[in-house]
Amino acid sequence: MEGPLVRCVDVHKRFGRLEVLRGVSLDVARGEVVVLIGASGSGKTTLLRCINHLETVDRGRIYVDGELVGYREDHDGRVRADREPEVARKRAAIGMVFQRFNLFPHLTALGNVIVGPMHVKKMPRRRAEEVGQALLAKVGLGAKVNAYPGQLSGGQQQRVAIARALAMGPKLMLFDEPTSALDPELVGEVLEVMKSLAREGMTMIVVTHEMGFAREVADRVIFMDEGVILEEGTAEHFFQSPTHPRTQAFLSKIL
Amino acid sequence: MLPFLAFQFEADAVWEFLFNEQIVDGAWMTLKVAVISQVIGITLGVVFALMRLSKNPLFSGFANFYIWFIRGTPALIQLFFLKFGIPSMIGDPDIAREFTFFRAAIIAFGINEGAYMSEIVRAGILSVESGQMDAAKSVGMTYLQAMRRIVFPQAMRVMLPPTGNEFIAMLKNTSLASAIGLVELLRATRQIYARNFLIMELLVVASIWYLAMTTVFSILQAELERAMAVGERERPETLFSRVLAIIGGRRGI
Ligand SMILES: Nc1ncnc2c1ncn2[C@@H]1O[C@H](COP(=O)(O)OP(=O)(O)OP(=O)(O)O)[C@@H](O)[C@H]1O
Ligand SMILES: [Mg+2]
Repeated sequence: MEGPLVRCVDVHKRFGRLEVLRGVSLDVARGEVVVLIGASGSGKTTLLRCINHLETVDRGRIYVDGELVGYREDHDGRVRADREPEVARKRAAIGMVFQRFNLFPHLTALGNVIVGPMHVKKMPRRRAEEVGQALLAKVGLGAKVNAYPGQLSGGQQQRVAIARALAMGPKLMLFDEPTSALDPELVGEVLEVMKSLAREGMTMIVVTHEMGFAREVADRVIFMDEGVILEEGTAEHFFQSPTHPRTQAFLSKIL
Repeated sequence: MLPFLAFQFEADAVWEFLFNEQIVDGAWMTLKVAVISQVIGITLGVVFALMRLSKNPLFSGFANFYIWFIRGTPALIQLFFLKFGIPSMIGDPDIAREFTFFRAAIIAFGINEGAYMSEIVRAGILSVESGQMDAAKSVGMTYLQAMRRIVFPQAMRVMLPPTGNEFIAMLKNTSLASAIGLVELLRATRQIYARNFLIMELLVVASIWYLAMTTVFSILQAELERAMAVGERERPETLFSRVLAIIGGRRGI
């Protein structure tokens, strides 16, 4: 299909009286890697969660691959909440990696990776295990297939989480500060996996303050501030000539 | 001056009646009622816990009402409702006869237990981090799939100890059903001592049976807890794991 893979149109989201997203519009092309930066509380996590409908949207629309996520459009153009199996089907095509890994602690590394393919895609166990083993090998954990999350380092856990998301064959990957809960020496191994994904042409939206990563693989960097997109450009643009004073202030803190 | 005390206790009678057919049948009935009621209770507990957690006020309202009613009335009255109250309202004697002692007991105990189990299940579900549900949904699971595959297996670890307590209590509370005429362990005991007047001896016999059953289930519970601690760095030691460790000469896990 043509057109952008992700299209956010004037997205608004509030929690009680707090308006967290105040009209975010964003297109992400197929194969594009977008890095999202911004101060704590600016709404980065909320935007990612809205994209795969872990949060409802109050106003505006989000399309992934031409389809609304979590909603359907009636003939008269009205938007209604979608039925749960439909929501689940659309979510299955959107991988998400969380800041705190959120691995399933009662399942092994392989168990974490195959639980989606087996129970959502109804893939036979043998086949799912082959796929899972290949993915764990790909993220450098071929030897940790039978380890439980509690027996893995943070960097290893996050790589399992990436493999778990990839196992569903997603068209889009969302990363929410995937390295910020890691010890500094473990950050590199996770970023390497993400870089190789980017090189393979995966469409990615990555919330991170790793500007080195942004410079290397991001097609575009977006700066969010108080629920709106304030500035966007290449990583170089943000290093050399950020225009907005708030962007300058923010970058001076993280660089 | 102290009154003259003469104890009469025929220890041999304890041994003689321990495996008396009526007693063994009674103990079997007690076990059957307890296990079936507990299974019903756990099932209802899961259903009502999910209803209570539901955003739909109709569901949560109904669940709240059920829990409020069951916890606020004596189990004995609930038994009477099922054995005498409801059948008395039914005109058709054939249908009323279907309310046997056994059926009335398991339904009443099951419904009663469901109210307590729903609180245990709810606490178990709430003990699982919300990120687990998010992650399960992000791989495309529906709410119920995520509950079944991801949340419940983790909640079980929290639910198991109080559920074990509930079951031990259930084993003993089944004796209430003797009041509606069910011949379980206590009623069998009373039937025998009504004939031979060996009251104390037979009460000791019944107690031995209750203790045996509760002990076996306590051991089973500990084993189950150990089995569920999979993926943990420290697994709780149990009777069997210690014995195995001694036999095998190993230390730790
Ligand atoms: N479920 C929620 N209920 C109420 N408030 C929320 C909820 N989730 C987020 N918020 C609030 O919304 C605001 C934006 O949160 P969000 O997590 O999107 O920010 P963020 O840009 O990801 O920040 P950080 O860099 O700290 O992760 C914050 O003020 C947060 O407290
Ligand atoms: Mg965040």
